[in-house]
Amino acid sequence: MKQSTQLQAAPPAPPRDLTSWLILLGLLALVVASFASLPLQWSAFFTAEAVDSAREFLAGFAPPETSTPFLMKTLGALWETLAMSAIGTLLAAIVGLPLALAGAGRLGRAARAATRLVLNVLRSIPELVWAAVLLVLAGLGPMAGTMALAAHTAGVLGRLFADALENVEPHAEETLRTNGARPLAAFLYATLPQALPQMLSYTLYRWENNIRAAAVLGVVGAGGLGQMLKYHLSLFQMPSAATVVIAMLVLVALVDAASYALRRALTR
Amino acid sequence: MKDQAVLHRDPAWRTRVTWAAIFIVLLYPLLAGAEFKPWLLFDAQSLRAAGMFLLDFLVPATDPEFLAMVLRETWQTVAIATAGLTLALLVAIPATFVITERLSISRLGTGRVHPFAALVRQGLRWILMILRSVPELVWALLFVRIVGLGPTAGVLAIALSYSGMLAKVYAEILESSDAHATDVLLANGSGRLPALLYGALPDSSAELVSYTVYRWECAIRGSAVMGFVGAGGLGQRLDESTKMMAGGEVATMLIMFVLLVAAADLVSKLLRRRLG
Repeated sequence: MKQSTQLQAAPPAPPRDLTSWLILLGLLALVVASFASLPLQWSAFFTAEAVDSAREFLAGFAPPETSTPFLMKTLGALWETLAMSAIGTLLAAIVGLPLALAGAGRLGRAARAATRLVLNVLRSIPELVWAAVLLVLAGLGPMAGTMALAAHTAGVLGRLFADALENVEPHAEETLRTNGARPLAAFLYATLPQALPQMLSYTLYRWENNIRAAAVLGVVGAGGLGQMLKYHLSLFQMPSAATVVIAMLVLVALVDAASYALRRALTR
Repeated sequence: MKDQAVLHRDPAWRTRVTWAAIFIVLLYPLLAGAEFKPWLLFDAQSLRAAGMFLLDFLVPATDPEFLAMVLRETWQTVAIATAGLTLALLVAIPATFVITERLSISRLGTGRVHPFAALVRQGLRWILMILRSVPELVWALLFVRIVGLGPTAGVLAIALSYSGMLAKVYAEILESSDAHATDVLLANGSGRLPALLYGALPDSSAELVSYTVYRWECAIRGSAVMGFVGAGGLGQRLDESTKMMAGGEVATMLIMFVLLVAAADLVSKLLRRRLG
């Protein structure tokens, strides 16, 4: 009897919406269908011999290759990665600015919509896919990687720049215009200086992303550390590959630390 | 000629010129490092190859057999992302349970975590950090060497790098929720699991779900890209067609890719609004 009064005192369970159940059911179906439709080779991965061969494969990585000529080569690839990311970001900013002017609606409404569409397409194709396609045009090497970074980043920066320009207070430019300044001068001396700090910080942020992207971009043959990794892995030179992976991790850690330090210094 | 009456000199020209000079000096070694030689694009031979590719590119391939193949590969890309994320969750959820310091029982009363528990927690955090700092593409490259070409490598690569990422962010979300409910439950003798389920989870479940859905969207993009190293899905076919210079096929697959990303973006937005 006492128990039943306790049960009555408990609040009723919240009502469950039918659509929530349907969404959950849909997600479950998606997961089941995914596993069912993929030709996954679990047996090849969890048998004793497969585990042995995997362990052998991984043991081949230690110790990393540390001969001086190889380290110098890795350092060269590291510099190539940095250069690719820097030039790619710079090109993207140069291409992104005129696109942003059109995207901010300065050339009319039709141009704005068209430019935004172009920017969306540039942006939704990842760097690596750009690199694979551009390899056909530019040949193997860091040039294709640089252009791939530039293409994707131009889409991102163009969009961000356009938003930054649209958000600027128009009053200053209008004042210059009504007082007889030419359109270009009014833009350069009134609107651009207001948007510039934000545009610079977007560019720096994308550069940080691009360093990370440039490190792996080479696996399709577009230069930098990635190309070296791909090369040594396909020759099964595991110690060399291990050195390259470590170089990648160090590069990313350094970029993270630098960006963290810079952000703290700037915001304080 | 009224508006040309007074032309003022730019008052900041000295700093502008200095910065431009420094910039150019720094630019040269970077251009050399990236082997940036745009004129190479315009020599006769590469121009002819590029021209053929681009002409072909303007007419997307549309024969039904090819389209069916593209659809099949697109589904495989989604399936790799979903399966990889599911496996990642199987690792990430228990890992979150271990590394969330909020759920520490030895911390109760003294405020100090037992040294052994702290060691286990820190060790697992380091393992997760290694899992997520190796880029997923590099994981895929390694797994292609171990298990061979095909979607298994892609699923494993996503599972490993995303488990590291998800566990870290889950723990951060749980730690940033209101500590009161969890602390009261633990102090009154509840176990760690009920404390998680009834204390921390209700407060942060929306954020957890929305982050997971966002990561699923990222995984779809990642799995499409991982095909380029041979891990199955749309990327692998795109890579093959590019190498054969079949511009029309590349165009069709790029359009499919853009549509896939847009669709994932839309579904993720809807789900997050519904569940978040």
